[in-house]
Amino acid sequence: MKLTRRHTLMMAFGSAVAALLPVRAFAALEDDIAAFTGGANVGSEGITLIAPEIAENGNTVPIEVIAPGATAIIVFASGNPVPAVATFNFGPLAASQSAVTRIRLAGTQDVVAIARMPDGTFVQTSQEVKVTIGGCGG
Amino acid sequence: MAEDVKPRVRVPGKATAGEAITIKTLISHAMESGQRKNGDGNLIPRSIINRFTCAFNGATVIDVTLEPAISTNPYFEFQAIVPETGTFEFTWYDDDGDVYTDTQNITVS
Repeated sequence: MKLTRRHTLMMAFGSAVAALLPVRAFAALEDDIAAFTGGANVGSEGITLIAPEIAENGNTVPIEVIAPGATAIIVFASGNPVPAVATFNFGPLAASQSAVTRIRLAGTQDVVAIARMPDGTFVQTSQEVKVTIGGCGG
Repeated sequence: MAEDVKPRVRVPGKATAGEAITIKTLISHAMESGQRKNGDGNLIPRSIINRFTCAFNGATVIDVTLEPAISTNPYFEFQAIVPETGTFEFTWYDDDGDVYTDTQNITVS
């Protein structure tokens, strides 16, 4: 195949798009986190995220978030097309600020949990989950 | 649209005052994420349950905002305090406007 000017341009364009994509996904997560925390500094103590190290089926990955005293916990899947997963708001009758649910993961990625404390501070934790079969259809 | 949506809730029948009890809820729902394509290559529109709440005698226990990344048949497990005999009310809000509810009574001795 002869390498024409058109081919070279197309290849350059393709690689530029490929390079941009992960950056854009990352930016979406950053924006979502900023929307929740309001840009405040985020600590790391006092929140636990329990997720499997390896999930065979990305369609149902069991996770548990625990943040004693928190008013709300938000969960993100950094590698999903839409990073937001769920927001748990705890009322006065919640015995513990913890919840168990099952989530979808598109592939191997970090799951991030951020808790809002009553004094307005935020704490964050994350864990990598290796996914054998992704769970976002396709 | 959503057919055969059936909430299932497990709450202990009785407890002592102030005790922390574990509640498990499950509701049958496809939770169509809006990311999948059908055989013709067209996107299947999103159709999920977007909010779940649990209250005891009117006081909130938990209020969850769900995104498409929640699995089919959303499952939640959490803990509540029961100060007195009363009723747990569970509510699920569907994208299409439907609201599914369930109630469970608990006796405090």
